[in-house]
Amino acid sequence: MSDPGIDEASAGLTTQPESDVTSPNPAGIGATGWLRWAWRTLTSMRAALILLFLLAVAAIPGSTFPQRGTNTVEVSQYIARNPTWGPILDRLGMFDVFAAPWFAAIYLLLMVSLAGCVIPRARLHWRAMRAQPPAAPSRLSRLPEHRTLELDGSPADVLTAAETVLRARRWRVRREVAPSGESTWVAAETGYLRETGNLLFHLALLALLVAVAAGGMFGAKGQVIVREGSAFSNTLTQYDSFSPGRLFKADRLVPFTVHLDQFRATYQEDGMQRGAPRDFAADVVYSTGPGTAERKATIGVNEPLAIDGTKVFLVGHGYAPTFVIKDATGKVLLDDSVVFLPQDGNFTSDGVIKIPDATPQIGFTGVFLPTAERDPVRGGFSSFPAPLRPEVFLSVWRGDLGLDKGTPQSVYRLDTSSMERLGLKDLKPGQIWTLPDGLGTLTFTGVSEYATFNVASDPGSGWALAAAVLAIVGLSLSLFVRRRRLWVRVPDTSPDPKVEVEFGALGRSEAPGLDEELDSVVAAVRRAVEGV
Amino acid sequence: MIKVASETTLAYISNNLVYASMLAYTVAMVAFAVSFAQGRGRSDSSMSVRDTEQAQSVVGSASVDVLERTDVESEPGSEPGRRAGNIGMSVMWLATLLLLGGVVARGLSSGRVPWGNMYEFSITSALGISLAFLVVSLKRDVRWLGMLVVIPVLLTLGTAVAVLYTDSAPLVPALKSWWLLIHVSAAIICAGAFTLGAAVTVLYLMVTRVDRRVAAGEGAGWFGAIAQRVPSADRLDQMAYRTNAFVFPLWTFAVVAGAIWAESAWGRYWGWDPKETWAFITWVVYAAYLHARATAGWKGHRAAAIGLVGYGCFLFNYFGVNLLFSGLHSYSGVK
Repeated sequence: MSDPGIDEASAGLTTQPESDVTSPNPAGIGATGWLRWAWRTLTSMRAALILLFLLAVAAIPGSTFPQRGTNTVEVSQYIARNPTWGPILDRLGMFDVFAAPWFAAIYLLLMVSLAGCVIPRARLHWRAMRAQPPAAPSRLSRLPEHRTLELDGSPADVLTAAETVLRARRWRVRREVAPSGESTWVAAETGYLRETGNLLFHLALLALLVAVAAGGMFGAKGQVIVREGSAFSNTLTQYDSFSPGRLFKADRLVPFTVHLDQFRATYQEDGMQRGAPRDFAADVVYSTGPGTAERKATIGVNEPLAIDGTKVFLVGHGYAPTFVIKDATGKVLLDDSVVFLPQDGNFTSDGVIKIPDATPQIGFTGVFLPTAERDPVRGGFSSFPAPLRPEVFLSVWRGDLGLDKGTPQSVYRLDTSSMERLGLKDLKPGQIWTLPDGLGTLTFTGVSEYATFNVASDPGSGWALAAAVLAIVGLSLSLFVRRRRLWVRVPDTSPDPKVEVEFGALGRSEAPGLDEELDSVVAAVRRAVEGV
Repeated sequence: MIKVASETTLAYISNNLVYASMLAYTVAMVAFAVSFAQGRGRSDSSMSVRDTEQAQSVVGSASVDVLERTDVESEPGSEPGRRAGNIGMSVMWLATLLLLGGVVARGLSSGRVPWGNMYEFSITSALGISLAFLVVSLKRDVRWLGMLVVIPVLLTLGTAVAVLYTDSAPLVPALKSWWLLIHVSAAIICAGAFTLGAAVTVLYLMVTRVDRRVAAGEGAGWFGAIAQRVPSADRLDQMAYRTNAFVFPLWTFAVVAGAIWAESAWGRYWGWDPKETWAFITWVVYAAYLHARATAGWKGHRAAAIGLVGYGCFLFNYFGVNLLFSGLHSYSGVK
């Protein structure tokens, strides 16, 4: 662009940094110089681009390696399988990528870079928003889009008409009236929302990050298994696993009790997808404290139960076979349902029973099959997830359960290091097993189900959603609104009584449709002047 | 039982319509290929369009708008390859109607929206790509793009039929939600638009290569004939940018909608599940593309390359993540 008029006219059409070139050689400019250089480099578009790349690349191991947050068991299995590389990868944070310091470093740098870029731009934009459109270039015919036409009317009429037309279209209009009565012009600008949207988008991203972080710090989530016919209260001790945020306090737990009446599941019964789940629902009764009314509810998949900002989600289920175990004298040692953990899609489930009150102590390990099937190679397995032909395979162990050693033990695992196995038996509901060595009897009385609930409170989620919505709004504005300028000039060479009018428009190259818009403005001005 | 029988029949009809559409798409592809090949015969006289366009941009109208009006349309009607191109377009319409029938029948047979597993998502995406192309073709002549649209459509359908096919069945419980309609349909539109954007980007890179070779005095190479029949590099670059700029907010929306759904289904809105991770990676790479377009030294080739990397991430998120990783999004139904 050789015409200084046009350079001036297009100035500030965007607040995007004019030049991104940072000083190539910061040496010898002292500490402040270095700092300024570092800051300019960090806040440059190029740095943002590189950080975006790094962020994308850094996220990849989070999908290829098992992650602690979602799959702790697989992480330990992976490390066990790879004794050399496993611990090294663990050191590098590959099993907890999204909490790793290097990942945080990348996104925090990106956010600093973003803030450093957006804040000066916001200042520029604030100024641009209040500024008048720039003066008309001396020759509008040099603009990429321009029109010239003759109109019947005085220069003042034409410029007034142009002003009215553009104002009606919500353009910002500036009219220059030369005191000498020489050529005057109208300048107009619109599409400021593009930059507003751009800034809104970037600020919303910062807000989103803050909301996510705050939610993580002040929120908490826990998992609890509830058997049919039993209940859980929202207190720390009742959870099977609980992960609070760093700033979470236990007294923030909303008091409530949820009682599981019944769990219902249906499955596809034929075709290629036989056994695929079709519907899950947990019928519960809940109350928000002693003395308050009990309410019924159904928690389904995609339909959590919300109690005072805490949500209860149905995330899994399984079988809890019921047993009655008696000693040789007929004294009841256990009469309850026992949670078995599913191992496959057809709910072949593993579980243990511990009887610490027996002398000597006894324990059982077992497999529960809702629809039992036998295979010469695999042995017993389940061929369908619903309890069509339930069966348990149990081993009985005698010895020391190891419960008194003081080391915490999983309720789903039997420590058989100081126990001996006495026998094995498969049972159908109602069958009684007379245990070897006069230990007593075990009755497999039936099958009940349990549901796994996630209980989560995330005070940041509403804010995160609001930030995300603002980000989308800002993004759409910044990509779809076009910033453009338009000038109408009446040259002093206008022959009387006709006036020769010049129109010119300028927009970003990405903006399509500028020619049509200019045509439409020209037509409207003509109508207004000539009254056609 | 009568209901079941009719549902099975519908699924059967759907399968046959999809097969028929694939046959028609193949015919369309051949026609588009012939159209290109015939264009090659007259290498010198047919430079018309691109020459005019480039001449105009040299004359100093840096504006896109001037270029936009100069379409391939303005070529003389007697041009060789035109008839083959027209046949290609007609067959494309036929194929898309057949596919539309197939998708609708599939939806009716399962009694829900036809995107409950990878097979259905794929055939609906293929329909989306074709429809987007045909809608654009009503307004302007985009026959030059036909080849690049029909190839991904056929590849998608082929993969769907050969690898991803699953029987028509109701949904697994996690998918029973209004968000299936919102989140997944947004993702389908994104799939179509990302594909178009990537196709145009590939053309752009090829055309700039030809331009470079011609400028260097070398021969235009094997792609020279095709390069004559498509818009100029500048215009292709603009089209690719506009497509990607259109799809980026939509992709953002698809990801946010997915997060809202995840919150109601699993109790957290973001859990770095492989699918979520790759949706994030795709988003970041396309964000990098948009930034590269505005960064000195990164415009043109480099930005185009980033755009293609973004499309690669999108494809990987769809095929790779669903089939390779186990995660909460393992709904492919493929065994």
